[in-house]
Amino acid sequence: MTVMTDIPITPRPRVQRTLAGHAIVWLRANLFATIPSTIITLLLLLVLGKALISLVQWGWLNAVWSVPDASNTAACRAVRGLGACWAVIPEKLRFILFGTYPFQEQWRPAAAVLIFIALFVMSSRRWAWRKELALVWAGALALIGLLMWGGIPGLPFVSQDRWGGLPVTLILATFGLAFGFPLGILVALGRRSNLPAIHSLCVLYVELIRGVPLISLLFMASVMFPLFMPDGVNIDKLLRAQIAFILFAGAYLAEVIRGGLQAVPRGQHDAADALGLSYWKKQGLIILPQAIRHVIPPLVNTFIAFFKDTSLVLIIGIFDLLTTAKTAIIDPAWQSFSVEVYIFVALIYFVFCFAMSRYSRSLEAQDSAH
Amino acid sequence: MQISLKDKQFSGLFWQIVVVAIVVAIIAWLWSNTVHNLSVRRISTGFAFLGREAGMPIADSWLPYSPTDTYLRAFIVGISNTLRVAVIGIVLATIIGTLVGIARLSANWLLSRLAAVYVEALRDIPLLLQLLFWYVLMQGLPAARQAWKPVEGVYLSNRGLVLPSVPLETANLWVLLLAAIGVVATYFIRKHLIVLHMRDGQPRRSWPYALLLVIVLPGLLSLVLGASWRITPPKLQGFNFVDGLTLAPEYFALLIALVTYTSAFIAEIVRSGIQAVPKGQWDAAKALGLRRSFALQHIVLPQALRVIIPPMTSQYLNLTKNSSLAVAVGYQDIVSIANTTLNQTGQAIEAIALIMMVFLTISLGISFFMNWYNARIALVER
Repeated sequence: MTVMTDIPITPRPRVQRTLAGHAIVWLRANLFATIPSTIITLLLLLVLGKALISLVQWGWLNAVWSVPDASNTAACRAVRGLGACWAVIPEKLRFILFGTYPFQEQWRPAAAVLIFIALFVMSSRRWAWRKELALVWAGALALIGLLMWGGIPGLPFVSQDRWGGLPVTLILATFGLAFGFPLGILVALGRRSNLPAIHSLCVLYVELIRGVPLISLLFMASVMFPLFMPDGVNIDKLLRAQIAFILFAGAYLAEVIRGGLQAVPRGQHDAADALGLSYWKKQGLIILPQAIRHVIPPLVNTFIAFFKDTSLVLIIGIFDLLTTAKTAIIDPAWQSFSVEVYIFVALIYFVFCFAMSRYSRSLEAQDSAH
Repeated sequence: MQISLKDKQFSGLFWQIVVVAIVVAIIAWLWSNTVHNLSVRRISTGFAFLGREAGMPIADSWLPYSPTDTYLRAFIVGISNTLRVAVIGIVLATIIGTLVGIARLSANWLLSRLAAVYVEALRDIPLLLQLLFWYVLMQGLPAARQAWKPVEGVYLSNRGLVLPSVPLETANLWVLLLAAIGVVATYFIRKHLIVLHMRDGQPRRSWPYALLLVIVLPGLLSLVLGASWRITPPKLQGFNFVDGLTLAPEYFALLIALVTYTSAFIAEIVRSGIQAVPKGQWDAAKALGLRRSFALQHIVLPQALRVIIPPMTSQYLNLTKNSSLAVAVGYQDIVSIANTTLNQTGQAIEAIALIMMVFLTISLGISFFMNWYNARIALVER
């Protein structure tokens, strides 16, 4: 697959080799092919070995896995710097994952997380790429809202001030995409339109949002938004951040979709016009389905970036996964074990992003195979 | 002539007027609310506050600053701090990213796997989380008295990274300026020599000019001016270091986070750029008897650059925008200073407008430079 490994290797006589023989041939070709390569291999093995040994010592051999009770962290303190204190994870797990959501009701955010994951997995399948998917999304998001808020018999109402952790991260990312995507489509169409006023409005919007850091948009949402509103209108902080995310996602998705629109051949437009389709029918039935199929891999990459970017709400004090992790270790007894908590949260983010990036790559591979 | 919504020209005009009217109405509504709210809160609009005393301490700055200076001065310090982390970050991320990208294509299995793990791990974890992680590690370092000393004169402690430095006097700056002019002059001389080489086929050496302009002449000037180039190592005095160059832990953590994170993306760009060069180019170079490293440097990379430059530009822009995460660890870049200003004076609109102006200017600057560079290396079709 790589260019540099494509050096023609002189064909070897086909002889029956033992497993060890295969291993030696492989090692020769891939690790000890030339003298520089051998030096690199040995150096890397040395460094890697040292790093792995200290990592295993810190994370496994010297690590403390549990403490007698939550306020007694003497065992962890004793090995500080020498071993990890994994005891902090089970101790703070519920808080990191669900924040200050009422303890008895935490099955609800857990169920919401599962629905989110089911929704993502389903949307990734090719057979699901049809119009009805939008209905499934609407239904699932409504169900998640119902679970999180409650307010019907059996589900007591939980205000969104008490939401926190993984569900908030998923809500910010998913709702941002669910609303940012149609916005992005409209803006991308507007940017390709030959109506000058609409074209320049869309360019202005995209370039303004993409030109400034997301943090300044979030500051704007948290500080300036109340100034924009008439007296008495008070919009919740989470919703304000959500609006900022939708506007942000809309601008970035618009650029990706615009790339797809440009890849649709001119003849498709002409054919649709010849059939006498109206502008919206032409775009909705002919152009957009082709355009979006072209850009699914970059769209997934945008989703990954966007998912990671939701962590920035830490700075305006919204309790997403990263904020709950940071807050969990304010507790004086556990203060010095933030590295362990960060590693744990990094793993959660990694699992989501890695799954998405693997998926994007498999799509690319399928596309190039056609 | 009949006017109807079915008529293409008319309906286009109609919809434009509708959309513009809606946008204008929304902006006017927001604006009137804002004016009303500001007057209720007794906040005067305008940039007059820039002349007032800031009273805000800035710990880490290369420009002289004291809390009695004006807000304008504080903003300038903030911009310089943003540029300091962005420019150095871009240079380091490009170097590391290119090396990792080439390592991913290495024939050595171990090296290419390691590079792949580096890229995958860094790309899939939020930058803010990585930044907090590095910062926590910084804080966990020993105190200045027990600082780690990886190399003589270099100290790593919870006060940050301290390096030996050369105190720059006016004389030193003149010498450096002359050397910089020498570099530029050498570049043009080299270009001219290549033109001559192309004309008559006589190869000409450019290194004597380089030696003269970059080393000999500045060296002579240094002797004449009596500039001192003595390296002063940092010394521990009380609880902190004096002399030497200190990179504060906030700055150092931000720099590491930005460089490692962005280098992972740059590595992918470099890898796909190199892979985009047709295999025949490698074969042709090999057929000519060129070494692999020579082929990479002179045949493949120049062609790969054309694919690499546009996505690289957006990575540079991302790094610059991401430097605003500084606020999370308390490094005072422009966003952090604007945020403090906003809290102290209530001048929200002006502060955000300043942030936007600064970043739009930097973004345009980077885009402009990269477009120029891209046009320079573009394929000249004959």
